[in-house]
Amino acid sequence: MSGTFVGMPAFPQAAHEALGNAQLRRNLAHATGTIRAKRQRLVDEVNANSDWEALRLAGAGVKESALVDLATHLETLERTLTANGATVHWANDAAEANAIVASIATRHGVNEVVKVKSMVTQEINLNEALAAEGIAAWETDLAELIVQLGDDLPSHILVPAIHRNRSEIRDIFLSKMAAAGRPAPADLTDEPAVLAAAARSHLREKFLRAKVGVSGANFAVAETGTLVVVESEGNGRMCLTLPEVLVSVVGIEKVVPTWEGLDPLLRLLPRSSTGERMNPYTSMWNGVASGDGPQEVHVVLLDNGRTNALADEVGRQALRCIRCSACLNVCPVYERTGGHAYGSVYPGPIGAILNPLLRGVGHDDQVDSLPYASSLCGACFDACPVRIDIPSVLVDLRAQVVDAHRGGVPKAEALAMKATAVAFSDARRLRFGERFTGLGLRVAGRVGARKWTSARDLPPAPRESFRAWWKRTDGGRR
Amino acid sequence: MMRDMRVALMVTCINDALYPGTGQAVVTLLRRLGVDVEFPESQTCCAQPMVNTGYLDEAVPVVRNFVDAFAGYDAVVTPSGSCAGCARHQHSIVARRSGDASLAAAVETTSPKVYELSEFLVDVLGVTDVGAYYPHTVTYHPTCHSLRMLGVGDRPRQLLEHVRGLTLLELPAADQCCGFGGTFAVKNADTSVAMGSDKARHVRETGAEVLAAGDNSCLTHIGGLLTRQRSGVRAVHLAEILAATEGGRG
Repeated sequence: MSGTFVGMPAFPQAAHEALGNAQLRRNLAHATGTIRAKRQRLVDEVNANSDWEALRLAGAGVKESALVDLATHLETLERTLTANGATVHWANDAAEANAIVASIATRHGVNEVVKVKSMVTQEINLNEALAAEGIAAWETDLAELIVQLGDDLPSHILVPAIHRNRSEIRDIFLSKMAAAGRPAPADLTDEPAVLAAAARSHLREKFLRAKVGVSGANFAVAETGTLVVVESEGNGRMCLTLPEVLVSVVGIEKVVPTWEGLDPLLRLLPRSSTGERMNPYTSMWNGVASGDGPQEVHVVLLDNGRTNALADEVGRQALRCIRCSACLNVCPVYERTGGHAYGSVYPGPIGAILNPLLRGVGHDDQVDSLPYASSLCGACFDACPVRIDIPSVLVDLRAQVVDAHRGGVPKAEALAMKATAVAFSDARRLRFGERFTGLGLRVAGRVGARKWTSARDLPPAPRESFRAWWKRTDGGRR
Repeated sequence: MMRDMRVALMVTCINDALYPGTGQAVVTLLRRLGVDVEFPESQTCCAQPMVNTGYLDEAVPVVRNFVDAFAGYDAVVTPSGSCAGCARHQHSIVARRSGDASLAAAVETTSPKVYELSEFLVDVLGVTDVGAYYPHTVTYHPTCHSLRMLGVGDRPRQLLEHVRGLTLLELPAADQCCGFGGTFAVKNADTSVAMGSDKARHVRETGAEVLAAGDNSCLTHIGGLLTRQRSGVRAVHLAEILAATEGGRG
């Protein structure tokens, strides 16, 4: 139903389109501003009683300890899950994971599955893969439902329909719900409670009917083989408990060695994502519980580029990410372009590093444009609950992009950088060049630098450079 | 400040070429505070344009020139949070890339001695009242790298609050980036301008005559938008405000 990001243009071009959408700009500024304020109140609250920074350090420490010995923790997880009656599958990439899920569904003869909101199944385009096998994958999270019904793409990790306002949602429900199941009532208004009620009755019959549920997991506790899903709406709880068969696709970086490690993470996540002290629903399950919930439980452990990211000395910290989306909400770039411009289910600052790390740089202009989709203002690093130094990773990835293109015919930018480096390596060359600053500015204003001067004036050229002044006046002493 | 401290001005490439007045203001200000600041003439640039665009190899000779130019000084003062941030936090990356242990050692010696102007005034000289007089309404934009990379906190504010005649007006959404971002301003010009337009709107909303900041790169961007809009607001570097006195400069 919903599309994929395949074939999206590079960031500057995609952003150009998005920036022209006044409704999008207004929706995003309102939504990110609201979540930012809620998060800040809770951070202040923690700081009033204890220490948010200490909590961040603890959260980062837990994830880091899992990553340094990932193989061992994953083997433990496989052992404990299996002992709990779950079937563990290993998938190298999206195609393998999708084939595993499709074969389980096909084995049970179903033509539909219900889904818990999950980033990883979007990353691998599971819905499209299942559709190709004649299996409908119903999204049950309200915002995901809006995106799916609207044949749209998610634009935010936590609130994927953040680019839509309530009147747009009403229109989508009225025109699209009937084709997917129970139609929206004809007198549907754009009141949030009315819209939620329409989604509720639309989804309820799907929950009760579905034989197979599909989820991701926020955390996978290795010591006990426990999967954890946190959510707000209760749709996840429905999908995790009602179907006979449950398939969970879990990125290998989701492993947390112990229950103790969950403690800081479960405090950090809701505060950083929805701006709540605690999320309304936390579901935890250990494989199969006899006579209660799904009696066939599968866990697909997915790599899909994660071991590449793990091998990146600077970038591996991105695997700490707990998908809270705090970095999106504070990002001045994201606030203006929205998520679609990043061309991935992972938008915003984390997407700008995660996509290149998972997919590699140097072979796709869209991916290569992402590390540059940032002014390096650092707001993301400050907001990140697990202290991912996103600006440093962005700069490192930029160097990887440049290095990947060395050796060929140099671009104008590369030539300019080389020339600048030569001038800046020796003050004598710089002094010579600066005689032409005024001329340079005039030429730049007339012919080049259009990208600067389209909306901004250039400063007037000074009569002389600072170093010329210093020399002429002996530092102002004569 | 220790006696006989040798202090160098790192004027920055952009100030050298485009804003000599800012460098002159730092000289005026520091001399008034009793610091005989020197200008090592072999200095050029901190290499940030190369580092932040991904050209690490190109940055190596520039960083080498930087550590040579400022070797032997006790403190290096710069009217730029961004350039100070590059010297303190990124030169080590460039040195590691070069594989040259002597460069890495030189960076390790020089980097911690680099101070953004407000840090040097408040932390090293221990002054917040620099004896300035500036009879204007001013709003202050805390630039990202001074705020988040260096953590200068409210030091610039403390300095501005002690300037006689100056009325400081609160800038809405002050800590949000102006959208300059170095080569971001041209590589992602549309997004950069969208961010800058919101910043310029907030500046105009304050009704201030002057927009102050500690980085002329950000001020070139916001100021360029403000003059294009014929807003009548002037962009002025913090150093030039702090250097001003009743009798004019000096």
